[in-house]
Amino acid sequence: MKKPRLVLIGNGMAGVRTLEELLKIAPDLYDITVFGAEPHPNYNRILLSPVLAGEQTIEQIILNPLDWYAEAGITLHLGAKVTSVHRSKRLVTAQRADGSVIEAEYDRLLIATGSNPFILPVPGRDLQGVIAYRDIADTEAMIETAKTHRHAVVIGGGLLGLEAANGLMLRGMQVTVVHIAPWLMERQLDDVAGKLLQQSLTERGLQFELGAQTAELLGNEAGRVRAVKFKDGREIPADLVVMAAGIRPNTDLAKSMGLLCAQDGRGGIVVSDTLQTATDPRIYAVGECAAHRGIAYGLVAPLFEQGKVCANHLAEFGIGRYVGSQTSTKLKVTGIDLFSAGDFMGGEGSEEILLSDPIGGVYKKLVVKNDQLVGACLYGDTVDGSWYFKLIREGRKIADIRDKLMFGESNIGDVGHQGHSKAAAMADTDEVCGCNGVTKGAICKAIKDKGLFTLEEVRRHTKASASCGSCTGLVEQLLMFTAGGDYSATPKKKAICGCTEHSHQEVRDAIFKEHLTSIPAVMQALDWKTPNGCPSCRPALNYYLISSWPKEAKDDPQSRFINERSHANIQKDGTYSVIPRMWGGETTAAELRRIADAVDKYQIPTVKVTGGQRIDLLGVKKEDLVNVWKDIGMPSGHAYAKALRTVKTCVGSEWCRMGTQDSTQMGKDLERAMWRMYAPHKVKFAVSGCPRNCAEAGIKDVGIIGVDSGWEMYVAGNGGIKTEVAHFLVKLRTAEEVMEYTGAFMQLYRKEGWYLERTCHYVSRVGLDHVKKKILDDAEGRRALWAELQFALDGEPDPWFDFDKARVDTRQFIPVNAA
Amino acid sequence: MTTWTTICRIDDIPLLGARRVARDKGAAVALFRTTGNRVFALLDRCPHKGGQLSQGIVFGESVACPLHNWTIGLGSGCAAAPDEGSTPSFQVNLAGEEVQLDADELATLGTDLPLPTAGPCGRRAGSC
Repeated sequence: MKKPRLVLIGNGMAGVRTLEELLKIAPDLYDITVFGAEPHPNYNRILLSPVLAGEQTIEQIILNPLDWYAEAGITLHLGAKVTSVHRSKRLVTAQRADGSVIEAEYDRLLIATGSNPFILPVPGRDLQGVIAYRDIADTEAMIETAKTHRHAVVIGGGLLGLEAANGLMLRGMQVTVVHIAPWLMERQLDDVAGKLLQQSLTERGLQFELGAQTAELLGNEAGRVRAVKFKDGREIPADLVVMAAGIRPNTDLAKSMGLLCAQDGRGGIVVSDTLQTATDPRIYAVGECAAHRGIAYGLVAPLFEQGKVCANHLAEFGIGRYVGSQTSTKLKVTGIDLFSAGDFMGGEGSEEILLSDPIGGVYKKLVVKNDQLVGACLYGDTVDGSWYFKLIREGRKIADIRDKLMFGESNIGDVGHQGHSKAAAMADTDEVCGCNGVTKGAICKAIKDKGLFTLEEVRRHTKASASCGSCTGLVEQLLMFTAGGDYSATPKKKAICGCTEHSHQEVRDAIFKEHLTSIPAVMQALDWKTPNGCPSCRPALNYYLISSWPKEAKDDPQSRFINERSHANIQKDGTYSVIPRMWGGETTAAELRRIADAVDKYQIPTVKVTGGQRIDLLGVKKEDLVNVWKDIGMPSGHAYAKALRTVKTCVGSEWCRMGTQDSTQMGKDLERAMWRMYAPHKVKFAVSGCPRNCAEAGIKDVGIIGVDSGWEMYVAGNGGIKTEVAHFLVKLRTAEEVMEYTGAFMQLYRKEGWYLERTCHYVSRVGLDHVKKKILDDAEGRRALWAELQFALDGEPDPWFDFDKARVDTRQFIPVNAA
Repeated sequence: MTTWTTICRIDDIPLLGARRVARDKGAAVALFRTTGNRVFALLDRCPHKGGQLSQGIVFGESVACPLHNWTIGLGSGCAAAPDEGSTPSFQVNLAGEEVQLDADELATLGTDLPLPTAGPCGRRAGSC
């Protein structure tokens, strides 16, 4: 059968990315033809500025070399401008520079014509030496002109104009930027930051004419531009005029085809959430030429998201909708740090938090509305840009961190690596990812060589930030520096994994609302794209099911990571470690004897005391696990599970001359009440008997500190990857209260936490105020939560002994022997 | 001529799970069973750092290594891009309910590949 034909008009980043996404999921579905007006294969348009500045070459910014098209079986027409599309005949007609005509029929048409520079309608705009800044030809013209001419004028003090001006200056020209607004980059910066930027650029040698209106471009006898004349009559010399006063979606072709285009805003071809044009469902539009919900995006990341959704529909999968993006901006002028996102201007109904150090060249403005961060404008120090952007996107309540907000994420716990917080200042040989030993140089090289755009891609290719994730901020910064400025925009919601479009929250909600009790049921109800998920989603689904429907949903061991399937921790040689539970860290001679005997009997190579006051037996063969558990005769310590692990205690008032409370007993009681409790991630408690806090309760998921008049309760601390000091939650009087409040907090976390989210991340996402509302303000709700947890844990088996009930497949402990 | 050796019954392998076939020498052989009741056999040794693939999560026709989450194709034994490497795969014959391996491959395939070690045996002499 003949394949359906797909024609792409516009050989740029958005269109070709859509093809890449399509080929990934449906490689042989279409006969594909591409028309590109430029003579080049798809290149990274954002990196034209570094090319102009002499930091990169054209070859380096090519994204898809000609071989790529050939290998994918794509018919490519370069230097061919599409002149008309006949919709009822489904015929595309294009013309080459030599006048020859090419025709192609289509079954599906994808329009990605991008945008056109806005050319000021002033006399003299057709003179020689007046150009826009949009493509490789413009860039080459600018580089050539800089070799022979002296005076350049850039009209437009926005992102593009400043990058052009900076590049021309570095090429030796004397550059004046003409800008009609009172300050630079008024769409991305407020007046203070705009003026700081101007000052810094002036020091580098740029000149500015702000608030100036261009009246006319004057030419010489040869027809070349020689000066720019303003409305007030002044003239400045100009051998080159670059028009960078904005872009407009290129909809000429679309209009001639009768496709609906937006009248308001910047215009653009009107598309639906599936990127189909409003007029003709056979025709799709992506990228800068498209107007989605009234917005024509000019940044790359949203275009890539559109491409992904569009490809999904072209592949006839029909899942996924594009629901818009939030964007942020960073200027690609080396040495200038500038970041803005969201509603950075503020205004009525919003509050501003400001930090201004004009001498140090640092300015930060955060805009807060309804207890949420809605905008940020940073100049001079942009390290926390991606963190602010995340807060803006997530819309998290900020009351609990408001006083520290301005000082950045590093101030609330994330110290990064060896104190590194500025990726730009690091040497190429400095290690960024300590887990996988990846250096800054290796990451930058991979980004450049492999054309990586997203954090996910960097993780896949370099492993950086793919393990513990604590270097994610650094990697994001490197991505911004290396791949260009505007990749930081992100989808409004994040899918669990590639198997679904749904986020963790949506899946949780659906499981609860639709009373789903098995993994296949969830996958069917939510249109999973893969037959049986992947190692990311299956463990998450399993947890959501058993925590939402205790006693009803059945645990699926094959959807658990090996440690939770074998109830021991796998080691690098395939042996396991065994950590029995020692209530509150107390043990007895009898227990120690049994442990010692087991170590001898099973020749266990290493015995180690853990940080959580327990004993770890390392190097146990899988075949021996069941017998070791039996011989030791102690309960499972769940040291291998996303569950309650240790409860660390000090000796407390029973022995300690400083002790004010019986912390050991409190710890043992908490542990006995909540062991066997599975959670989104591992959970650790500690109980100290006095404020000297020898049990280190300040870095635990729940930390209890005894004081003379009762107990202080702290939550959401963390001692691992990201040292995070626990938040004070409440002061309690009795041990019973400690039990109830701790249980209620745990149940809240179990119900609301996303899989693999520690309490510190959970609380940072929902805000401590939310937790206080649920646990402190609502006594009835608190008691209900505690009762729910007790119901869920009642009768739960010890997986080391009650194999059937815990659904432990004991066949795994015996190898099959060839008959 | 292939001599098929019966190893176990298909039901002895958990659905979306694996079993290990111990051998006298070298790494074990991992048997995998997919939802479509297809059975695959690979050397139980991830090409990355020798992790036991039999302990991984089986999904589609792949398994995720339990050590560092590399994805290995059950049919080919090859790591999914961008990771590189492969582990030997064994022929499997399903005779009714019986899972059979090639006796020759079982005796020799991949037996020379080193296995990962851990623990005090790796310490420098004299330090323990």
